[in-house]
Amino acid sequence: MAGLGRACLLLALAVCVYGVAAALHGARRQAATTAGGIPADSWIESSRRAVYALALILTVAIAVLEVAFLRNDFSFSTVADTSSRTTPTIYRAAAIWASQEGSLLLWSWLLSLWSSLMLFLSRRRLRAATPYAIAILLGLAAFFVSLMVFYANPFKILSRVPAEGQGLDPLLRFPTMMIHPPMLYSGYTLAMVPLAFGAGALITRSVDAEWIRATRRFAMASWLFLGVGILLGARWSFAELGWGGYWGWDPVENAALMPWLTGTAFLHSIMIQERRGMLKVWNASLVLATGTLAVMGTFLVRSGVLDSIHAFGASTLGVPFVLLIALLIGGSIYLVVSRRDVLRSEHRLDSLLCRESAFMANNLVLVSLCFVIFWGTYFPLISKAVTGQQASVGPPWFNRYTVPLALILVVLSGLGPVIPWRRATLGAARRHLVWPLVVALSTLVVLLVLGTPGRPAALAMFSAAAFTLSVVAGEVLRGARARMAMAGETMPVAVLGLVRRNRRRYGGYTVHVGIALLFIGVAASSSFQHQTQRGLLPGQSAHVGKYTVRYLRPTATVVNDPQNTGATLDLGAVLEVRAKGRRVTLLRPTEGYYASDEAAQGTVGSLIGGQPVSHISMDAKLGGDIWSAIEPNIHTQEFERVVAAGNRVVPPGRPDEALVALAVAARGYLRHPPAAQFNLITLPLVEWIWLGGIVALLGALIAIWPGPLGLRKRARVLLPSGAPADAPAGDLARA
Amino acid sequence: MRLVVALTAAVLLASALMYTSFSAADPAISPTQLMHEAQPGRSYELTGVVVAHSVRRDGEVLYFNVADRAGADSVPVAYTGTVPDPFREGREVIVTVERGQGGVFRGERNSLITKCPSKYKTAPPSASGS
Repeated sequence: MAGLGRACLLLALAVCVYGVAAALHGARRQAATTAGGIPADSWIESSRRAVYALALILTVAIAVLEVAFLRNDFSFSTVADTSSRTTPTIYRAAAIWASQEGSLLLWSWLLSLWSSLMLFLSRRRLRAATPYAIAILLGLAAFFVSLMVFYANPFKILSRVPAEGQGLDPLLRFPTMMIHPPMLYSGYTLAMVPLAFGAGALITRSVDAEWIRATRRFAMASWLFLGVGILLGARWSFAELGWGGYWGWDPVENAALMPWLTGTAFLHSIMIQERRGMLKVWNASLVLATGTLAVMGTFLVRSGVLDSIHAFGASTLGVPFVLLIALLIGGSIYLVVSRRDVLRSEHRLDSLLCRESAFMANNLVLVSLCFVIFWGTYFPLISKAVTGQQASVGPPWFNRYTVPLALILVVLSGLGPVIPWRRATLGAARRHLVWPLVVALSTLVVLLVLGTPGRPAALAMFSAAAFTLSVVAGEVLRGARARMAMAGETMPVAVLGLVRRNRRRYGGYTVHVGIALLFIGVAASSSFQHQTQRGLLPGQSAHVGKYTVRYLRPTATVVNDPQNTGATLDLGAVLEVRAKGRRVTLLRPTEGYYASDEAAQGTVGSLIGGQPVSHISMDAKLGGDIWSAIEPNIHTQEFERVVAAGNRVVPPGRPDEALVALAVAARGYLRHPPAAQFNLITLPLVEWIWLGGIVALLGALIAIWPGPLGLRKRARVLLPSGAPADAPAGDLARA
Repeated sequence: MRLVVALTAAVLLASALMYTSFSAADPAISPTQLMHEAQPGRSYELTGVVVAHSVRRDGEVLYFNVADRAGADSVPVAYTGTVPDPFREGREVIVTVERGQGGVFRGERNSLITKCPSKYKTAPPSASGS
């Protein structure tokens, strides 16, 4: 089977190389013949089919690897490294992307799928730019496939087949970890589609808004998937890693956030190009930057160039990636500079008080955010280059810049939707903004009167979010009232009809609502959290915030751990949380111990010799979470004595007897539990982050969803060219 | 005019970033360098390997020694806060420290990072296998 996989990779590389050549040749032939109603060049059609073929070949390759994982075929080196018989089946199915080579395969496969989808959808459009876009997409695919062919072969065969694999890293045995990498990689690879078509449009100097309209949904989908990936990563960090935070400005988190920020800027500024023919240089730069940052994100994760919890040690992929990134940056700069004559703006800004300028301000803030994060993330390399000494900046440095920028962003997300295009009058602004301002100020006053402790940034964020939420509420109410008056609809029907007719606009509003809720959660949970770290014996208690947490009794399970992650031993505690004398909840944090493959640890010792993983326990409510983690002590004399005795008595190859010895040790632990370390945290409103994230992602789905067919056709008849076919009807009337 | 405003803002932001990052950054440093160069009151980002049999817990404080990768010198660290799951003797760690009393370096709370163990590291492309 490995032979088939290997053959697929070689074939894929050949198809990529052929496709690039055919696309470029076809592009030259097409340019030579006069443009017009001629049928598409046969070479270009052939290169398009090469993309479809690539998707098919890589699907077979990934299927071969997946089958090997499910069948525990340890003759595959990557299966032996990242899977084992004791790894639960659902995690075995997702173990492909735990390794370097598997991740590369996933990346290439997703790229080929999204490219095929785009090329199929645009088969009758974008004739000029398409061959170059195909060449770029297949070139990128060729890069990743060659990495697998020459550096990290996912189909490497071991000469000696081990009886058991090393198992999936226990830290990755967490439900969201199964979908987090495919989501992120989908976001990264989807960003390649607008990059390729944007570059194609620049090369052929066809820089009207057509390529933007054709790839807009892909840009949105990329934004959506990256957003889901980032959220799932934060959730994993919060609910699986034992530190109780959701964001640490870790290089790998930042790597995914940067293209997301420039993608957000792009999705806003393209509206100005579509509507007013402005900001073409800016949009071209943004789309190229987003794509480049996506490749850099992949590079950061896979190269180990920066220290992070994700740093996978030294890697051999650094040099090729640096070359690719240099090529992308150099090519982008060349394209934008050499095409600046056709990128000239068609209009000038009419007034400072208009939606265009609000969007530009939003773009500046987003790009500044991205730049700050870029600087901080790559600072170790920058300082090494400048001072010769590697140095890094921590979360306080990031927060100093990102907090004020995030505040401005939330206020702008409220302002943008209600300022009309081109020129706003003060009267109109007053009509839209008076109530939201009143709500924002009263929020501030109420919080101050209630005596919320002095955290100016958090209070400002609550007011800003209240402003944005009330702006959106006002807009929806106004639109719904108009429909109710005109069509005699009831409120819910009117709101639904409103959203259905203007998906892009109301989808956008929904995203703004979600982001405002998310920032409320971030501000509250980071400014008003309490943390206690304390060693406790059963019966003792600790205070955290307004709660008293009491260690009731220890728990222990052998083999069947409650989280079903394949832990051989799971030690934990039952904690009683009380507030004002009443029991609030019971928490059951545990620590899982996993088998290692080191025979030197002994027959019993190796059962728990792997990496221990904390399984946190929390009580999650809309008002706030109580979060707990435990670090039990298994290095007591009694425990170690039992394990050592077991090692002496139980011969190798008797796993059942070793487990009995482990059960004896666990029983001893329960009888005389030593003090365990507890990490207890209260985080007010932290659930709002996930809630806001889900709302924002729903909003993105509403915006991406194709509008009703009839409406689109009608719009197209009304607007023969120039204006977007699915522009919101309300905006059309206003334009 | 707009260009001037935009460029001024960009230059201001860039210089603020440069100034604050170079002044606030913790230099990455090895145990040997730390022993000889560390000034009191300044924090450093110490990178090294946890020395075998040096890990000891006393209440909230975790004591361990960090050695150079080559293994020559080692410095004692007293750390409080979250200990990442992969923390083990013999593993490479990064921790922000400040010179404390009696030659012991005080680890900044919750600053300990553990690098993924070699098991999850990609093997260099060698002739083995296929």
